[in-house]
Amino acid sequence: MSDRLGIVTAASLEKGVDVRLDSPVSVEDMVVGRYVTIEGQKRRFFGMITEVSLGVTDERLKISPPDVADPFISEVLTGTSTFGQIHVTPMLTIGGDAESILEGPQPVKTIPAHFCTVNLASERDMELVFGPEDPQRFNIGNPLDMETKLCLNLEEFAKRSNGIFGKSGTGKTFLTRILLIGMLQKSRAVNLIFDMHNEYGWQGTSEAGPPVKGLKPLFQSKVAIFTLDEENSRRRGVSTDFVVKIGYDEIEPEDIAILRQTLNLTDLAVEATYQLRRRFGKSWIQNTLETEDSEEIKKLLEETKIHESSLQTLKRGLRTFQRLPFIEPHAPVDAVKSILDHLDRGVNVVLEFGRYRDITAYVLVANMLARRIYAQYQARTEKAMAEGTAAPNPLVITIEEAHKFLNPEVSSQTIFGTIAREMRKYNVSLLVIDQRPSGIDSEVMSQMGTKITCLLDNERDIDSVLAGVSGKSELKSVLARLAPKQQALIFGHAVPMPVAFQPREYGSAQSYKDFTSAGQPEKTEKDIEELWE
Amino acid sequence: MREGFNHKGVRFINSQPHNKIAEVIEASTARFDAQCYELYELPPLGSLVKTGDIYGIVSGAKTESLESNRKPIARGKDEASEEAVYESSPQLLKLLHSEFTAEVVGYQDGENLRRYLPPQPARIHGFVYLCQPDEVKEFSKSFGFLDILLNAALPVPAAELIAAALRQMSRIHDDPHAFLVAAGKELASLLSSDFLTLKNILGRLR
Repeated sequence: MSDRLGIVTAASLEKGVDVRLDSPVSVEDMVVGRYVTIEGQKRRFFGMITEVSLGVTDERLKISPPDVADPFISEVLTGTSTFGQIHVTPMLTIGGDAESILEGPQPVKTIPAHFCTVNLASERDMELVFGPEDPQRFNIGNPLDMETKLCLNLEEFAKRSNGIFGKSGTGKTFLTRILLIGMLQKSRAVNLIFDMHNEYGWQGTSEAGPPVKGLKPLFQSKVAIFTLDEENSRRRGVSTDFVVKIGYDEIEPEDIAILRQTLNLTDLAVEATYQLRRRFGKSWIQNTLETEDSEEIKKLLEETKIHESSLQTLKRGLRTFQRLPFIEPHAPVDAVKSILDHLDRGVNVVLEFGRYRDITAYVLVANMLARRIYAQYQARTEKAMAEGTAAPNPLVITIEEAHKFLNPEVSSQTIFGTIAREMRKYNVSLLVIDQRPSGIDSEVMSQMGTKITCLLDNERDIDSVLAGVSGKSELKSVLARLAPKQQALIFGHAVPMPVAFQPREYGSAQSYKDFTSAGQPEKTEKDIEELWE
Repeated sequence: MREGFNHKGVRFINSQPHNKIAEVIEASTARFDAQCYELYELPPLGSLVKTGDIYGIVSGAKTESLESNRKPIARGKDEASEEAVYESSPQLLKLLHSEFTAEVVGYQDGENLRRYLPPQPARIHGFVYLCQPDEVKEFSKSFGFLDILLNAALPVPAAELIAAALRQMSRIHDDPHAFLVAAGKELASLLSSDFLTLKNILGRLR
């Protein structure tokens, strides 16, 4: 079967290419988001269908429509007087000469000539653009309506901070799990996952049926589960590797600053934390909370020049911590050190929050741990650079509800804002998962390498995800028409061109087998093949 | 006679000896008139005819008195049937004659069949033949002639003639429906800005 669709009738670099469909091609088979190739005279273009429309050659057809009950008349008119049109946004081009073929696909800087043939992109074409599954590339799903494997270069992916967006229930968690498995197998990067809803480590929920496996059961030796809530983990039957306790003395004023909104603190109360830290040193929280006596308070207020109401607000806020059992005066074991030890051995760490799913605990713990881990990474990377030794394993930190960390008010204060901005200078990058991308600082969004987005329907969310992407309005129509489940659009650094895709299956026995075997290519088979050559 | 004409004329007569139907009596570049050898033995409207190496499509026909100032008079009052009129007045067959007009739609140029006007018009007294099925099939492989018919000054409405010609041609094709659809699509692109004419023709194709 020929996949010829039609011919180019009009094009502009800015607005894209208009294609008139041939008569045998049904306009109803054309779906937004599909890939086509345009055979130019000197080069091939790859583009995405971004609009489908109907046209007539004579306006009178619309006024006095023909007798469509007659199949002969409708057969004659289809594709001639009445025709389908698609609008294609060209994304990439490959030159015809040998040199350009070696170079691979390049961004589009020109347009195809008049009447060039337009074909449906074949599986081979897609493979040419996205590459075959290999030691770096991981199959994340199929492009919409195609059988081809869509392979993502995860080594490249892990080099930048990335984002996964989508409304609640669109499959963000499943997609994240697939990407984590991919990174775990195909890149040098290690992952630290702040698992707010206990979805990644041992077992995850599925709307469709029984719970699905987390990372640990699939990759025993490569994943460690840390927990903040040992009791909860035990009840869920999760074998944990480490119980994280946090000492009051580990909390810094910066950690309180980003909790300003969640703890409902005033600016002055936040200011006060710095003075108290200076006054009391490391155990400032404990000391502040223990200062109950009115004489002592008076003395403290005088010394630190804090207003009494600010101190009361702050104390009220800090008492929230006392209700979190994983916070103790002194942590018995240094959680950061243990996490770093695991990461150094190439073991991925999932930190489960157990019952402490409220945002205060999540923001506090994630920010605090990440800040200290990042500091370590920074020191070690700088040392490695100075001494010419090996840098630590690249680290990808996964955070959920990212707009709580990266909103414009706090993104300059949280460590995550710094990581997102400084990119991978110190071998640390982010994997941000969020359902309200419009809440994330636009500066942070613009620094993200690859964005994967499931269905979004809020106009502001769509705009913020697509900000700065070329062909934004066209992608918008693709994004707005994704199915509510298990379809996503990926664009940015790790893919040569944006593509709408269906993530691969996750949850069946066969899918687990495919995932676990993907990391070990059939080496023996290959060796034997080589012997025969 | 020209050499090429001679050569092809011989071949033509050899292969189709029996269907000489008329003789050219008036010719211009775009059309020719021919008189039939037998009264009423006219080729159907829209059929493909050939004189020399020129192809024409029959665009109109008439039967009239040989002398234009002498009109026929009614003779059948006492006759039992129409045939009896002719039987009792056998001179009628000589006094009346049938003529048809053909629009020139192409010519044989050596090995090639051209579907546009020939450099020279047909010759007076050139024999006119009704084209055989394989010739019609060959000629209707391409629809270049439709454009000539659409733009010619015709004795009958263009829609009628084109529909008649296509109906005739479709009969000898293995898949008449596919042929008509292809022709219809060609017409649709020629008549892209005149949907009403297109609709008229398509309505007459069945």
